[in-house]
Amino acid sequence: MSDVQANSSADAGQDTVWVQEISLIDSIPRWIAMTFVFVVFVGTWQLTTSLGLVSPIILPTPMETLKDMIFVGQNLLTGGYMLLALWITMKEVIYGFALAIAIGFSLGVLVGETAFGEKAVMPYLVAIDTMPKVAFAPLFVAWLGFGIESKVALAAFIATFPIVVGTAAGLHAADENARMLFKTMGATRMQTLIKMKLPTGLPQIFTGLKIGAVGVMAGAITGEFLGGGRGFGELIRVAASQLNTPRVFSLILYLSLVGLALYVLVQWTQRKVVFWHKERVGAHDA
Amino acid sequence: MNTALANEYSGAPHGAPVYELTNVSKTYARNKVVALTEVTLTLCKGSFTSVIGSSGCGKSTLLKIMAGLIPPTKGRVVLQGRPVTGPRRDIGMMFQQATLFPWKTAVENIVLPIEIRDGAAAAKKALDKAHELMEIVGLKGFENVYPNELSGGMAQRTSICRMLITEPAVLLLDEPFSALDELSRDMMNMELQRICREQNATAFLVTHSIQEAVILSDDIIVMKPRPGRIAEVVPVDLPRPRTLDMMTTPKFGAIVDHIRGLLDKGEDM
Ligand SMILES: Nc1ncnc2c1ncn2[C@@H]1O[C@H](COP(=O)(O)OP(=O)(O)OP(=O)(O)O)[C@@H](O)[C@H]1O
Ligand SMILES: [Mg+2]
Repeated sequence: MSDVQANSSADAGQDTVWVQEISLIDSIPRWIAMTFVFVVFVGTWQLTTSLGLVSPIILPTPMETLKDMIFVGQNLLTGGYMLLALWITMKEVIYGFALAIAIGFSLGVLVGETAFGEKAVMPYLVAIDTMPKVAFAPLFVAWLGFGIESKVALAAFIATFPIVVGTAAGLHAADENARMLFKTMGATRMQTLIKMKLPTGLPQIFTGLKIGAVGVMAGAITGEFLGGGRGFGELIRVAASQLNTPRVFSLILYLSLVGLALYVLVQWTQRKVVFWHKERVGAHDA
Repeated sequence: MNTALANEYSGAPHGAPVYELTNVSKTYARNKVVALTEVTLTLCKGSFTSVIGSSGCGKSTLLKIMAGLIPPTKGRVVLQGRPVTGPRRDIGMMFQQATLFPWKTAVENIVLPIEIRDGAAAAKKALDKAHELMEIVGLKGFENVYPNELSGGMAQRTSICRMLITEPAVLLLDEPFSALDELSRDMMNMELQRICREQNATAFLVTHSIQEAVILSDDIIVMKPRPGRIAEVVPVDLPRPRTLDMMTTPKFGAIVDHIRGLLDKGEDM
């Protein structure tokens, strides 16, 4: 019989107890932590306004904002003029995003897959990408008018670049082994692209799409600020010019819900499509 | 060292010659590295040959040339009577990494070569065969599992099946099990031996392990670096089938020592 036995230790039957070093603040459940931050934030806000530190024209109280949110919410739900404005902005966002995906993906494949694209096209894309893209807004208005076209163009313009970069990076993600393997199988360039490089690069492509989804919102609203029209951005601009700050606040909050919805949609699609890729959400997620 | 003589090498007298390499040389244009000079060798049907040599002596280069992945600078490679000018269906290859694709299940990964060469319909028809192969390598029940749920050894078994699905005449193996622990590695080697016997496949294995080379091979090609060339061919006349306990026999030890001696000599050349 060997010296080492399955149950060798004297305290057999006793489980070893691990002292896990988790600080108290990290062990708070997420919803409590989130509520806590929310309460602190709103509390500070309330205090600043009720102590008269800031004029109510500059910063409305949380209560005023909430009241106005209810008003705006009613208008949206009953199909009032704000719903129409929101619908216009959403159309700009959706068309802009679709356009950005189509152009961004095509350019990304050109740049990521062909030596020509990498050598001759990428430098120009980088150059344009470093420009402040909203500065093009007046041009788009001049070219396309005050309708939704100029906003769609600006939204797409802003969102295209992260998608190009994500796609190109994704196509370079496949390692040497995978390329070699496809070569041994006699795969054509097209097969290698579709069956190996693109699926391998999906995580990067989706990262590009998510950055693009944020950019497309910013583009549409900036376009409305600078180019008029009848969208949500126009409502914000008018409310601000009337110093109706509670309205500005509540409009922005509703708008951010649209942005969030778009982001969540992309995220959800990613989870479904790239089911094998587990994203690291945060450093403290077990 | 009389390399001229050593390079003239004909494989063990198994069957007809399948692979014939004549004066194969490779100089990488990019950095002018002479990876191979004047390699001449013949592999016979059903033989198992290993290549061993220090890092950078051109083993992978040789394998890639044989597989038709890169062209030789000079020389001629003929497989089953036809010159190798690119990747071919009758060549199966395996690398150090299993390289399974995470969006395909194990069995879908295995039929991938068929999907690429003959299309999705043919791949579907090959599923039965893939299941049989998986059973042979002990992966029954893991057909529809995704690769990230497979262990390293299971992943390499899957890639063996992927290599075998096209029924290649020759198997080119570049350190296929070197990423595995020693126990699974021994097991996989015995499995490899069995598969090669059953399929009467001709195998060509690159390895860094002298033991592995001796236990598996009919002949061991010892290579030397700068420039990469064949130094000596060591025949292994241990009886077949080989078993792991042969590793303790004096004969095994003698062959291992001989090869180690050759490799050590190579170091200070
Ligand atoms: N694609 C390449 N371009 C340029 N030089 C290369 C290339 N591949 C290999 N070499 C060079 O050729 C020589 C032989 O390389 P090779 O990969 O064939 O060696 P190896 O025997 O397989 O080494 P290892 O045991 O480390 O795998 C090395 O000096 C290497 O630097
Ligand atoms: Mg190598």
